[in-house]
Amino acid sequence: MTAPVDVPVPVQAGESVWRLLWRRFVRHRLAVAGAGVLAALALAALSAPLVEAVQGGAGMSVDLLSRFRPPSLAHPLGTDELGRDILVRLLYGGRVSLFVGLTAAVVAACAGTVVGLIAGYHGGRLDAFLMRFTDGVIALPLLPLLIVLAAIDLNKLGVPADVVASEHVSLYRIVAIVALVGWTTVARLVRGTALSLRERPFVRAAEAQGATALRIMTVHILPNLASPIIVATTLSVGHVILLESVLSFLGLGIQPPIASWGNLLTNAQDFILDRPLLGFYPGFLIFVTVIAFNFLGDGLQDALDPRAIERRR
Amino acid sequence: MARFLVHRLWQSLLVLGLMSFVVYSLIGLMPGDPVDLMITADPKITSEDAARLRQLYGLDRPIVERYGNWLMAALQGDFGYSRLFAKPVMEALKPALANTVLLLGLSFTLALTIALPAGIIAATRPYSKLDYAINGFAFAGISVPSFWLGLMLIVVFAVLFGVLPAGGTGDLGQGGVWGTLKFLVLPVATLTIASVGGHTRYMRAAMIETLRQDYIRTARAIGADETRVVLHHALRNALIPVVTIIALDFGNLFSGALITETIFSWPGMGRLIFDSVMGNDFNLALVALLLATLLTLVGNFLADVAYVALDPRISFREVER
Repeated sequence: MTAPVDVPVPVQAGESVWRLLWRRFVRHRLAVAGAGVLAALALAALSAPLVEAVQGGAGMSVDLLSRFRPPSLAHPLGTDELGRDILVRLLYGGRVSLFVGLTAAVVAACAGTVVGLIAGYHGGRLDAFLMRFTDGVIALPLLPLLIVLAAIDLNKLGVPADVVASEHVSLYRIVAIVALVGWTTVARLVRGTALSLRERPFVRAAEAQGATALRIMTVHILPNLASPIIVATTLSVGHVILLESVLSFLGLGIQPPIASWGNLLTNAQDFILDRPLLGFYPGFLIFVTVIAFNFLGDGLQDALDPRAIERRR
Repeated sequence: MARFLVHRLWQSLLVLGLMSFVVYSLIGLMPGDPVDLMITADPKITSEDAARLRQLYGLDRPIVERYGNWLMAALQGDFGYSRLFAKPVMEALKPALANTVLLLGLSFTLALTIALPAGIIAATRPYSKLDYAINGFAFAGISVPSFWLGLMLIVVFAVLFGVLPAGGTGDLGQGGVWGTLKFLVLPVATLTIASVGGHTRYMRAAMIETLRQDYIRTARAIGADETRVVLHHALRNALIPVVTIIALDFGNLFSGALITETIFSWPGMGRLIFDSVMGNDFNLALVALLLATLLTLVGNFLADVAYVALDPRISFREVER
């Protein structure tokens, strides 16, 4: 966005495709910054147990005698309403939010790719039906429906009781819910490209040689779809993190004691009048993460899409 | 025209019918049922009583049969009774619907009033400082979690400065126009900021694409001044994709309403849906969700009509296919 993107990058002799893509990508200063911020956040989130250990392992334990401590050397961001270290909680929350964001986005992208490939390659009535269905899902008031989905009793669905009672079930449930509605963008994108690809000579040639539909879709068409899928998935991670955080905030996503940036805000809401900073941190981290993913996706789009460069001349 | 409208209406009805079954089934999968709620309210109910009550209310029947019964009653205008509000579902819905239409209408209009000019200005000066600034704000708007934004607005304007109420609607008619309006400022601002970024980026992209067309070059070549080129020749065509995308976003408006209304205790549809799902008010949740779906479908339908009206190249016949 900040770089003079309208000047095309000249291809140098003997340069590999990857190097060319890399040079196109690094011109997007904001995209590079986004990637840097995300790497730092991921690293920080991964080091959560380390930070906890440095504090003597007391970061996550309840200590009612040291509630709402101001920032100090032992607690860089202070403590929350139960005396837990805010920084450690934020880092553990980041693990969950990033994990859910990435997993759900990838699962949704896979589902969308399958639907889009089938619709685009087969065409005809199947295509018409699948795309109508996709349009229908897009048009629905999503969040209200997600709330019902999140409230479903898994026991009534026949999920074994011990699975339902396990601590991590809210994590998988939210990945499933978000993936269930998040596949539409990728499906439309893939379908559109597949539709035009199937008329191309190399696909025709493969058909003439008797390749099966499955082989043509996976071996011949799919690799050509890599860049739009990567871009759409990157952009959707931010969206997924927003969805997860709002569901968790409403008490329907990740359940305490597992921390996520969304449910940290639920707690903070009760103390928002006295301790506004408690509510500031998690939301700010969500904001930074989502905007970083959006910048990254925007940069990838320009680096990977040769037409985007073409168009900007 | 008439054929197209009928075709689209028919389609929308089909989607609505399908959704009513899906939502009915989903609500059936929520924890507990009405008899469980009676048991919590009255510990004297024995399990035999419970079984008898379930049979009496048809709760032991298969879901398809129960849905059929609900549908028959609903088609005759009987949507049942709301548990939370202790009145017929429709009576509980009406004020909420009015509140949401007010909230969404205001922020939708405001968002478009800001986004369309901003997108056009950015597109006419691509890669200028101003363009980067507008783009930056747009990205920030897309990326900000709206529930957090709402909370922060409350902290700043209701707590720190104390100039605006943190939520609610106040007593209508108290304190004149401002008495009513001041309750709208923060929710409308939250909703507007959340949606203005996306609209701006759509408008900018569509405008840049349009300004690259040959007929724009022609218009400039024959000496039309830049304002006329942009506002007269380009805007009309650039609006076509924008209208479609914004219309597809209609469903998102309800998502935004749900978040904002919950934060600001605004008694609208979004909050009603949340409260009814959380409060096991099955009848109300079902109808409220379907009403939200219906309104979204109506919005999409209107967008289809606007789409064709904006672009004379598209005949209704083509869209039909």
